[in-house]
Amino acid sequence: MDRRVIFPNKLLPYLLVAPQLAVTLIFFFWPAGQAVHMSLLSQDAFGQSVTFVGLDNFKEVLSDPDYIKTLWRTLIFSGAVAVCALAPALLFAVMAERVVRGATFYRTVLVLPYAIAPAIAGVLWLFMFSPSIGILAYGLKKLGVDWNPRLDGGDAMLLVIMAAAWKQISYNFLFFLAGLQSIPKALLEAASIDGAGEWHKFRTIVFPLLSPTTFFLLVVNIVYAFFDTFGIIDAVTSGGPAKATEVLVYKVYYDGVHALNLGSSSAQSVILMAIVILLTAIQFKYVERKVHY
Amino acid sequence: MLANSTTATAIGRNSNWLPHAVLWLGVFITAFPLYVTFIASTLTPQDIAQVPMQMVPGAHWWDNYSAAWSKGSAGTYLSPPASTLLFNSLIVALVVTFGKISVSLLSAYAVVFFRFPGRMIFFWMIFITLMLPVEVRILPTYEVVTQLNLINSYAGLTLPLIASATATLLFRQFFLTIPDELVEAAKIDGAGPMRFFKDIVIPLSKTNIAALFVILFIYGWNQYLWPLLITTSNSLDVVVVAIKKMIGGGAEPTDWHIVMSTTILALIPPVLVIIVMQKSFVKGLTDTEK
Repeated sequence: MDRRVIFPNKLLPYLLVAPQLAVTLIFFFWPAGQAVHMSLLSQDAFGQSVTFVGLDNFKEVLSDPDYIKTLWRTLIFSGAVAVCALAPALLFAVMAERVVRGATFYRTVLVLPYAIAPAIAGVLWLFMFSPSIGILAYGLKKLGVDWNPRLDGGDAMLLVIMAAAWKQISYNFLFFLAGLQSIPKALLEAASIDGAGEWHKFRTIVFPLLSPTTFFLLVVNIVYAFFDTFGIIDAVTSGGPAKATEVLVYKVYYDGVHALNLGSSSAQSVILMAIVILLTAIQFKYVERKVHY
Repeated sequence: MLANSTTATAIGRNSNWLPHAVLWLGVFITAFPLYVTFIASTLTPQDIAQVPMQMVPGAHWWDNYSAAWSKGSAGTYLSPPASTLLFNSLIVALVVTFGKISVSLLSAYAVVFFRFPGRMIFFWMIFITLMLPVEVRILPTYEVVTQLNLINSYAGLTLPLIASATATLLFRQFFLTIPDELVEAAKIDGAGPMRFFKDIVIPLSKTNIAALFVILFIYGWNQYLWPLLITTSNSLDVVVVAIKKMIGGGAEPTDWHIVMSTTILALIPPVLVIIVMQKSFVKGLTDTEK
């Protein structure tokens, strides 16, 4: 899609794109190129000599059982976050669409977590579930639950999933609400006249018509769980205990920044880039129908 | 018929209390962590260590907030006072927000209102940055910033975050809807492209700019991984990073009362922005589709 009427200047447009292009080249393309380049090199322990090793780093990463474990862990984590963030959001949106009184209040409170940094969301949940002083950890203890996310990997995983889902419900809620509002009322009224109950209407009309929104949100939530939850994991568990909450992004960070294994970290970065490209492609193929670029 | 009308009334009555009950549950889940944080920010460290912690505000809010604001937390990580941390966050959030909006406005304007060799290549180059989030290019970006001597500086904190594919896409889409007649009229009146940009395009883009402002301010304020990597001096820490460092888990016990009052202070700006500009926020979120 192009404009018919344009300005004839030859040099000006280059000046206009220059700032964005400069930032893009310096801070996106150069580092991304470096990542690819570094992923093909191997450095000795002292950082003295560098040799070209081709795809060895990738072979090493992909055949490393730890990496495969982290990959599975990331998939389970992302799936759990997506489900725990989507289901309640859909429920709240369906209910919010039915109320008049208090609608603004409910919506305002429910969107608040969107404004909260992942790392801070992590701190809030860490505090509530801290085995020694947390109010909810105390409640669990009273119920006879043996809770200790610092020692038990399962508990730790549960905690980061809850914190990550809590933060993402707002986003999903707003999109579901927008999706619900675009469903033609006549359709629902016709169903009511035919005697359909609320649950029946939801199952046969509302949910199918929401499926584009749901699918879009599913992709967005997986991207969120893959990449934006770094702050939550770093604040709550730092990937522990014993790597129980280490996801792919955290591993790239840990192997690169703390373990200083540049070749492996870069290869992991490149694999992650491939994953993002795949997810973005899926997302855009789908969003395309709603927005025209 | 009779059965139908009774179910209808039953549902009618149901829908009166059920949605409210469910939504109150939602409000509770959303607000409870924030409430606990607020309570802890008004208690002494001894009160916080009491298990279970009390659920009504204490009397020490002034002590905690003033200590957080002007002194910060002690312990393994000597944090700067919250006033400095919040100032750093504000600078980062505002520079990133206005930086992203400015460069995106300019480049979208170039791509839409001019024809020049390389136009679509530039557009796609900007578009591709969507697929290269900081998280996947951590180390190499860090190295680039080191080579440019931008470590431990506001420039290093903000510049790498300024490119924005989503903002450029949004503006481009909007610019395509500006009527040709408007451009013709401006040309006939002898207005050059920059005059047209300043007097027509920018004012028309106001709602889009406001919508992006909310989304990008929150994005900038909540940055974590990048500031964590790029600053080694505590005085440049942004508040989100500092709060995490205060917890530390080292030999020293965590000053929870300071952590919690700093957390509340850190939440105020983005929460205010989202509440005050709620309409713009919803528009921004649904338009950019992230």
